[in-house]
Amino acid sequence: MAQTGITIEDLHLSFGDTDVLRGVDLDIRPGEFFAFLGPSGSGKSTLLRAIAGFGPRPRGRILIGGREVLDLAPWARNVGMVFQSYALWPHMSVRDNVAFGLRERRVPARQIRDRVDAALDLVGLGHLDERMPNQLSGGQQQRIALARTIVVEPEVLLLDEPLSNLDASLRVQMRRELLGLQRKLGLTTIFVTHDQEEANTTSDRMAVLDGGVIQQIGTPQELYDQPANLFVAGFLGTANIFEGRIETDGDGVRFHTRTGEVLTLPEAGGEGANLVLRPQNISMTLAPREGGLRGEVLHREFLGSQIRYLVRAAGTEIVVDQSHSAGRDWFETGAQVHLVVNTASAVVL
Amino acid sequence: MPNLSGMHLVAAFIALLLIGLLLVPVAQVMIVAFQNPATGAATLNNFVDFFRSALFRESFWNSFYVSVVSVVVATAIALPLAYITTRFHFAGSALIQSLGFIPLIMPPFVGAVAMQLIFGRNGTVNLLLREHLGFDLPFMEGLNGVILVQSIHYFPFILINLSASLRNIDRSMEEAAQNLGSHGMRLFRRIVFPLAMPGYIAGAALVFIKVFDDLGTPLLLDVNNMLAPQAYLRISSIGISDPMGYVISVILVVFSVLSLWISFLFMRGRDYATVQKGGGGMARRELGPAEKVLAYAVVIFILLLVLTPHVGLMLLSFGTIWSFAPLPDGYTLQNYVAMWEGSRIFIMNTLLYAGIAATADVIPGVAIAYIVLRTRIFGRHGLDYLATAALAVPGVVLGIGYLRTFHSLDVPFVGKPLASWWVVIVLALTIRRLPYALRACMAALQQVSLALEEAAESLGATRRRTIHKIVVPLMKGGLLAGFITSFATAAVELSATIMLVGSSRDAPLSYGIYLFMQTPSGRGAGAALGMVAVVLVAIGTVITQFVIERDKKTRASGDQR
Repeated sequence: MAQTGITIEDLHLSFGDTDVLRGVDLDIRPGEFFAFLGPSGSGKSTLLRAIAGFGPRPRGRILIGGREVLDLAPWARNVGMVFQSYALWPHMSVRDNVAFGLRERRVPARQIRDRVDAALDLVGLGHLDERMPNQLSGGQQQRIALARTIVVEPEVLLLDEPLSNLDASLRVQMRRELLGLQRKLGLTTIFVTHDQEEANTTSDRMAVLDGGVIQQIGTPQELYDQPANLFVAGFLGTANIFEGRIETDGDGVRFHTRTGEVLTLPEAGGEGANLVLRPQNISMTLAPREGGLRGEVLHREFLGSQIRYLVRAAGTEIVVDQSHSAGRDWFETGAQVHLVVNTASAVVL
Repeated sequence: MPNLSGMHLVAAFIALLLIGLLLVPVAQVMIVAFQNPATGAATLNNFVDFFRSALFRESFWNSFYVSVVSVVVATAIALPLAYITTRFHFAGSALIQSLGFIPLIMPPFVGAVAMQLIFGRNGTVNLLLREHLGFDLPFMEGLNGVILVQSIHYFPFILINLSASLRNIDRSMEEAAQNLGSHGMRLFRRIVFPLAMPGYIAGAALVFIKVFDDLGTPLLLDVNNMLAPQAYLRISSIGISDPMGYVISVILVVFSVLSLWISFLFMRGRDYATVQKGGGGMARRELGPAEKVLAYAVVIFILLLVLTPHVGLMLLSFGTIWSFAPLPDGYTLQNYVAMWEGSRIFIMNTLLYAGIAATADVIPGVAIAYIVLRTRIFGRHGLDYLATAALAVPGVVLGIGYLRTFHSLDVPFVGKPLASWWVVIVLALTIRRLPYALRACMAALQQVSLALEEAAESLGATRRRTIHKIVVPLMKGGLLAGFITSFATAAVELSATIMLVGSSRDAPLSYGIYLFMQTPSGRGAGAALGMVAVVLVAIGTVITQFVIERDKKTRASGDQR
């Protein structure tokens, strides 16, 4: 199957007076599993629907496989979309649902039967073809919706929060199946989600959206380790943000916290005056340490593999994760502690 | 439980009333239809006789034909309105949707004569057509008139149900089809229409039954070769021993039940309300300039058509002489004076009958709703079904059943049989409107959280005090709505009352309109009386809406008073 890339250039879209997308630029590579991640209202679903041709007409350019599609109606775009609600038609059997797109394309009846069978087998539900949608479980409906979409061999596959209506255990299983299927078909896929774990575990690359603007594009690990701004840092995992100022002189870069403590940074990176640190990159001791920050334990949560502490230090509240092993002592609430910061993993924003 | 036995008593009492006032009279009609009138032996001869008579065969065919064609015409009116208001951004949507109240505020027979003056052979439209274009159209000739009047009045049943279905289709249903390559008429035919079908069928079945059973409209248009008028004429001219009225009743009931059953079969397992989280009703489009002109033209044409009976009635009530002229010769209040002098008694009777009937509907309505929803009394659903079954019993049939059952039942101290005492009209109205009141009470009670009752009981209130102090006050809005709906529709009921009116002193307003409309000279006053009915019912409808809205707001604010 020929693989298709998607290019989006300076896309703007508004609902009446509300700007929902404000200058989106994006290049999705052929065969890529790409996630749109963002909080609700960030414009991620709107962007997906714009690619499929739904919603108000945007300004800018969308190219699918090099072909400009903004002037094409949804039914002329050959993009497959799986809806959040699955949108299985309740008056048609599973087979009729899956065959719908092929019938619209005037495919010969014999071929329709074979291709529907193949698609249902692909999602492992060949035996349910005579059922009505309301006789299926949520996970089965999800698979049928997927089969209905891929049977027409779209150039790209769009998934709008496909897992949000499933319960937690099924969600983990389905996302693995989705990824397996995508790899097998090699279909360029965009996946919209507000769940960072879903995006992290499935996508090759992802775009984090907020306020109708793409904040950052990259692999999940890049985004986690090197967030481009405070929003991305805070949205992906937990981030501690130290406010202060940076001084560079002959023998290195130093970060001054608001309470006057000084941390030595390995190199100057970034323009800002905030130091971003993940909770697992800070360690805690009772004994004073050179270059450490003094703090007081405010709160403690036992999470099993880790213990999460909330510590007041450097004029703010810091989250510190300490891995837990049996028999290890806890830091009590109220304890005076010293925080040792792994400055090599810190990001200046 | 201490008060359970009391509830049992109430249930038994209501069951007895329903059996005596609904089941027995209707069963009586059924039985008589299968009896030899002379010997009382079981026979099918009455049906054989019925179908041997050319007049009855014609009446049967006419009733069927008129009902089917009315459904078709009503669909032709409702479909564009439903489609335009649900699929497009259209300024008049709210106005069109409120057309739904038309069959409630004005039953078709009230406007029938006015329609004749506008669409009849020498009515406004044909006079103008003849003068300017040299031809005329037989809008009101014979069965056409019945079809036109009925479809104009009953199309809202289709409009409301179809619009609701269309609105309940999730946008993604349509988008998924577009995404797979479907659009235009194919998309409508394969996705949108099938999904809206259950609503359409429900509305169409209602229209069919209403038209098939209606007595007043054909009578007023002087179309007697239909089933309901034949039943009325046989009973009122030959008497209650003539079996043909009963045979017709059986046919009416069978068709009512059949069409309800078909619509039920069609709805079963097809709850297509698909609006879901993350969805929203169907995508509304903006109309293009040409489409806009077309849409407004269609809507305005339909609105004009739909409002003709009302405009005609008003003109007739204020007109002096209106004959062979596009409009009345002059305008006057004389008709209202004549109406007031001649028919004060009708208005008073109506207020009395409808008032008693509506009160008598709400009380068992609450009781049945409570018994069904809050107790486990054996046979409680039977009560619900029995009370609701009144919907499937045409007014003519109930009237004949009452005449037959109660003609030999003498009322003590009154000195005449129950069948010719005015109270029998009230009883018939009560039974006919009970389903409406019951639905309102059920809805009201369903909105009262069980926890509120349990809270009262846990604080030591007995079951009876809980009902009195908590349940009924919380249901107040719903009860009032049920009362007014029952009152307003009972006030303009004709088909059962016309059979039961013993003397014109006992007659209600609807019968008065019928009497006035019989003679050309009485039409003005009849129209004035019709206006009184319309205003009365319109006020009731407005109050109901107000009460329901206010109730909704009270609940929405979390203040569950």
